[in-house]
Amino acid sequence: MTIFREPDYGTPKRTSSEMVTLVIDGDRVTVPAGTSVMRAAELAGNRIPKLCATDSLEPFGSCRLCLVEIEGRRGYPASCTTPVEAGMVVRTQSAKLAELRRGVMELYISDHPLDCLTCSANGNCELQDMAGVVGLREVRYGMDGRNHFDKHSAVAPDTSNPYFTYDPAKCIVCNRCVRACEETQGTFALTISGRGFDSRVAAGTNQPFLESECVSCGACVQACPTATLMEKSVIRMGQAEKSVITTCAYCGVGCSFKAEVKGNEVVRMVPHKDGKANMGHSCVKGRFAWGYATHPDRITTPMIRASIDEPWQKVSWEEAINHAASEFRRIQAKHGRGAVGGITSSRCTNEETYLVQKLVRAAFGNNNVDTCARVCHSPTGYGLKQTLGESAGTQTFESVLQADVVMVIGANPTEGHPVFGSLLKRRLREGAKLIVVDPRTIELVKTPHVQADYHLKLMPGTNVAIANALAHVIVTEGLVNEAYVAERCEDAAFRQWKAFVARPENSPEATAAITGVPAEAVRGAARLYAGAGNGAIYYGLGVTEHSQGSTMVMAIANLAMVTGNVGRMGVGVNPLRGQNNVQGSCDMGSFPHELPGYRHVSDSTTRHLFESAWGVSIDPEPGLRIPNMFEAALDGSFLGLYIEGEDIAQSDPNTQHVESALRAMECVVVQDIFLNETAKYAHVFLPGASFLEKDGTFTNAERRISRVRKVMPPLAGLADWEVTCALAKALGYPMDYAHPSEIMDEIARLTPTFHGVSYDKIDALGSIQWPCNEEAPEGTPIMHVDHFVRGKGRFMLTAYVPTDERANRRYPLLLTTGRILSQYNVGAQTRRTANIVWHAEDRLEIHPHDAEERGIKDGDWVGVASRAGETVLRATVTGRVQPGVVYTTFHFPESGANVITTDNSDWATNCPEYKVTAVQVVPVSQPSEWQQRHRDFAARQQAYLQGRRDAEKTAAERGKVDA
Amino acid sequence: MDIDNLVRMANRIGDYFAAYPDRTEAETSIAKHLAMYWTPQMRHELLACIARGDDLHGLHALVSDAVKKHLARPEQAGTA
Ligand code: SF4
Ligand code: SF4
Ligand code: SF4
Ligand code: FES
Repeated sequence: MTIFREPDYGTPKRTSSEMVTLVIDGDRVTVPAGTSVMRAAELAGNRIPKLCATDSLEPFGSCRLCLVEIEGRRGYPASCTTPVEAGMVVRTQSAKLAELRRGVMELYISDHPLDCLTCSANGNCELQDMAGVVGLREVRYGMDGRNHFDKHSAVAPDTSNPYFTYDPAKCIVCNRCVRACEETQGTFALTISGRGFDSRVAAGTNQPFLESECVSCGACVQACPTATLMEKSVIRMGQAEKSVITTCAYCGVGCSFKAEVKGNEVVRMVPHKDGKANMGHSCVKGRFAWGYATHPDRITTPMIRASIDEPWQKVSWEEAINHAASEFRRIQAKHGRGAVGGITSSRCTNEETYLVQKLVRAAFGNNNVDTCARVCHSPTGYGLKQTLGESAGTQTFESVLQADVVMVIGANPTEGHPVFGSLLKRRLREGAKLIVVDPRTIELVKTPHVQADYHLKLMPGTNVAIANALAHVIVTEGLVNEAYVAERCEDAAFRQWKAFVARPENSPEATAAITGVPAEAVRGAARLYAGAGNGAIYYGLGVTEHSQGSTMVMAIANLAMVTGNVGRMGVGVNPLRGQNNVQGSCDMGSFPHELPGYRHVSDSTTRHLFESAWGVSIDPEPGLRIPNMFEAALDGSFLGLYIEGEDIAQSDPNTQHVESALRAMECVVVQDIFLNETAKYAHVFLPGASFLEKDGTFTNAERRISRVRKVMPPLAGLADWEVTCALAKALGYPMDYAHPSEIMDEIARLTPTFHGVSYDKIDALGSIQWPCNEEAPEGTPIMHVDHFVRGKGRFMLTAYVPTDERANRRYPLLLTTGRILSQYNVGAQTRRTANIVWHAEDRLEIHPHDAEERGIKDGDWVGVASRAGETVLRATVTGRVQPGVVYTTFHFPESGANVITTDNSDWATNCPEYKVTAVQVVPVSQPSEWQQRHRDFAARQQAYLQGRRDAEKTAAERGKVDA
Repeated sequence: MDIDNLVRMANRIGDYFAAYPDRTEAETSIAKHLAMYWTPQMRHELLACIARGDDLHGLHALVSDAVKKHLARPEQAGTA
């Protein structure tokens, strides 16, 4: 395989119903109106030289290299900025054009150092290419005049960003980076300062990149035609030799990447232009933060131990797997079939997740399987199934480009789903209206060229009250889309709902006391959403992670139905999924009550289908959910757990409760790439493989199934699906697959919404949005087009039931949690990359008023206590949060954010209420008791890990640590 | 499992369906929810608590009615 470079058509694609025919170099070419002459020529196979144009950006027309001759026009127009016209006759090559282009190149080169042989872009430089194309043979101006690299004007390269450098000496001032930062990313961090030979690219207010508002997305680096902006990894390793298309393993956007590789080593990750989720863009995590995959902390040998107070023993795969299997069987023999279970993760591929639930159902013989989606988006699954009939978002990401008003509820796209955030910002710059419903002033509320029309800054925990108030305005002010509702929704349920939301207690005036949001703002927002054409709702964990998470998801679906905003481009109900494969892990039947494709285990037709395929009988009753597993562990009825890729000890609420549950179990098997927090309580450790080491598929938030492709062999020798197969075999239930594609074939056979999916088809189409079957052979970008999946849409009643977790005298503040751009979830990956320069610790955001009242200054250590526990963080005093509310992230285990979160959970799904915890905050001088215990425990477990490396020496040390 | 915790979870389910004006609909929905998402063991423990009747641990009447009416067939403690 060689390196794959996508063609560059010079200017963006235009869509138009009007087609225009012109003649280029004697050939007739037909393109959509609005297309540039440059693009039309490239499409016809006649490439025009260019430097400042690239097809991800609007044309700029500054380099003058792309000149052409057009019959009947004077001079030599730039082809990138000239749109096609019917009947136009264009010449792209002539003696005169060649002379002009050589002249342009000559000028550029006289301002450019001639160190091509030692330049990091050598072999992948557009300036070099163009010099070759125009046949530049001499530079008459000499290299002695003023230029970008002479002694007087040279500026030292800026190496402040951990991942790329900026070397002004090589800059040709083509402005592509500036435009990429504006158009593609939407951050507006770059400008060109100075004129002529003095012009330079400047980040922020002439700051080093790291100190500017740059978010390190890398769009500018990708757009730069020279070595001016260059990945440090390329500078270090040289240009790659081959590329493999794969999918980012971080967030639910599911960006497609070209992994550029040398042998088994990744040189850089470049977002794939044809990737339909990201269209060539990415964020700092996917593009740059992949170094964790080869981090020395990776564990690559299986290990076992009899108790968690013993050192680990390195063993062979066979021994570890047989040990795990015999322990599970021993526990089942003694305590019953239901005394063991499994947990899969949204970080696993579809095939891996499918195998874990198959192992639990077929080999363990129970339904005790759950996934980390329990703690993030389980309410989405429940709520959308009840109302619309399918547990998934309704749109494709691109749909946002046709939205007229966007309502973002409890989500922070620019931090959590950055590539979608950029797309959304683009639409907002084009004029779409924005409503933000969030207790915090997230970036979208005000960012360059974007300002929210309404920010409903509500108190945490009051989402449902706001949604009911919005619905109240819609039904009482005559804003219902009557025709849509009459045609597509259940009438009786609608009438019942209408009467319910119309009740006075749901009016904005009445709910203002609960939500803290002025009635007028709610009324304005409701009118805007219902009346502005295409209305689209995007929501995140700020909706689901509440005791009323499921109620709120249904309230959102109600709002979309009552305004007729489901079933076409530009509208819809869009859950922004946290981790990359949340959608997939739910699709694959990893909930204890559902078989793949969201079919309840009590449904005997489906059960028989799986029973005959798997050759076992399946329990018709639901199994334990994660929190139920903890409860059952504590009462002694649940003793063995197989956990693949999930870190429940850090990510689940009420850490101390989780820790005691883990301690109470007899056999905890952890399969992961690092010794994560949960592994510190494990008896068997099975080394996992990173996304670079295996084949499989991920399904993103728009139901898009994309391939994960192996670029290097698994460090520990086995890919995760092979480990699960081996464990099943040792349990006496062999599963024979030669390749993950065969697992997908089985999924497709057994799941109606996946009937048409196969690796071959994904390869052919690039990616597929399910449902993909006989009715939709190429997949389904938009759902519920003519009718809802469940037939008629069903309005559900959504009474506001306040959470038990309320501020009181003892705990007067409400803590809510969130995430930031540079770190990912529990941080196991991103903490092991240079991303820590942006976020080296979790901090507590507190309003200046609350801080002053408590004598807290910015940067002070503060104790945060709830009824569940206490931890210590440093404070950031900021107006982003409102008085009475504090906020933190949970990316570092030692900050123990989940020591304080409680086991309060969503009524329907037990999704934990991470977003509301009543706390008190006080200045302190030392870490909390939990933190001190955690530090000691972690140190001891680290020693147990090293224990094997040289047993004699560490035996002595162990004595010391234990003491 | 901890009965107080089971009761707390059952009450939250009840709180949601309490919004339905038709009490019969609310009761059936509550029972259906418990049957679909709770393990047999959890339902069994809740039923046992209701059957004993001396201390309902604060279980709401709507929920206990729903359970008595719709789930009170002999459940096996099961192994799940
Ligand atoms: S890395 Fe991204 S945010 Fe930073 S300057 Fe480049 S385009 Fe702008
Ligand atoms: S840094 Fe690169 S992209 Fe930006 S103006 Fe200079 S050469 Fe062009
Ligand atoms: S983390 Fe998300 S937005 Fe960033 S590159 Fe990966 S999939 Fe894309
Ligand atoms: S490519 Fe057209 S002016 Fe630069």
